[in-house]
Amino acid sequence: MGELARYLVLAALLFGIGLAGVLTRRNAIVVLIGIELMLNAANLNFIAFWRHGPHPEALTGVMFVLFAIAIAAAEAAVGLALVIAVYRHYRTTNLDQIEEMKG
Amino acid sequence: MDIAFLITAAAILAGAAGAMAARSVVHCALCGVVAFASLAVAFLQLRAEFVGFAQLLVYVGAVAILIVVALLLTRNFEATHEALSFRPWALGLAIALLVSGAVVSAILGSGLGVGAPPSAPPPTVKAIGDLLMTRYVVALEAMGVLLTVALIGAALVALRENGPGRPAKPGEQGSVAGRLEE
Repeated sequence: MGELARYLVLAALLFGIGLAGVLTRRNAIVVLIGIELMLNAANLNFIAFWRHGPHPEALTGVMFVLFAIAIAAAEAAVGLALVIAVYRHYRTTNLDQIEEMKG
Repeated sequence: MDIAFLITAAAILAGAAGAMAARSVVHCALCGVVAFASLAVAFLQLRAEFVGFAQLLVYVGAVAILIVVALLLTRNFEATHEALSFRPWALGLAIALLVSGAVVSAILGSGLGVGAPPSAPPPTVKAIGDLLMTRYVVALEAMGVLLTVALIGAALVALRENGPGRPAKPGEQGSVAGRLEE
């Protein structure tokens, strides 16, 4: 396995773990942690491709990951605020019990 | 395969698996911190030092604290057993296995990156700062606006529905918007 391929495989496995957690857990905060893990797997891909790409001096991968980290921070803040607001309303963070808008 | 990569990969995967599989939500958050910190180490190994330290600052420093504070505010420590349990897990696990299996087989079949990485010098912080102030300056400003909006939005969403700072009907006296106008 090449130097690039092993980082890509690691990122794919990390994404799979995050996806499994998002699909199977019921707690909203754990689901958010899973989403963060999947975002981090994408970031790892960006950095690996940047490092092994033909023009590492252009720093495009680094820039993309820096912006992605900033957006992920904003997303985590808004997501956790939503979890707190939902908890105030329903008195639970169990996603299966929050079903008022279920069709 | 060098030993450093194996250790980092094992720490990342173990932390992520623990974060997704632990029964207690606090353990989930702590295992998530392990995964985020090991990812910062992986960034350092890929010679992206600035990104590695940004990862440490933002994820281990800020996001992990946010998660713990959210746990405190939602009293998840006293969550019932069923609230922490898993949904019908076979389907979710199968989908996740399918997705990552497809990606891994595609990577292994592509013959990507067989050679050694190019021996470019690691990027300096000065180069990153120059780029942020020239080519990516619009994106940087937009990011500043986005972070401000997200901060205000998060604070507004998390305010009590009928408590101090937010009356039942928006626009009444004493509402947040009203106070901002005064």
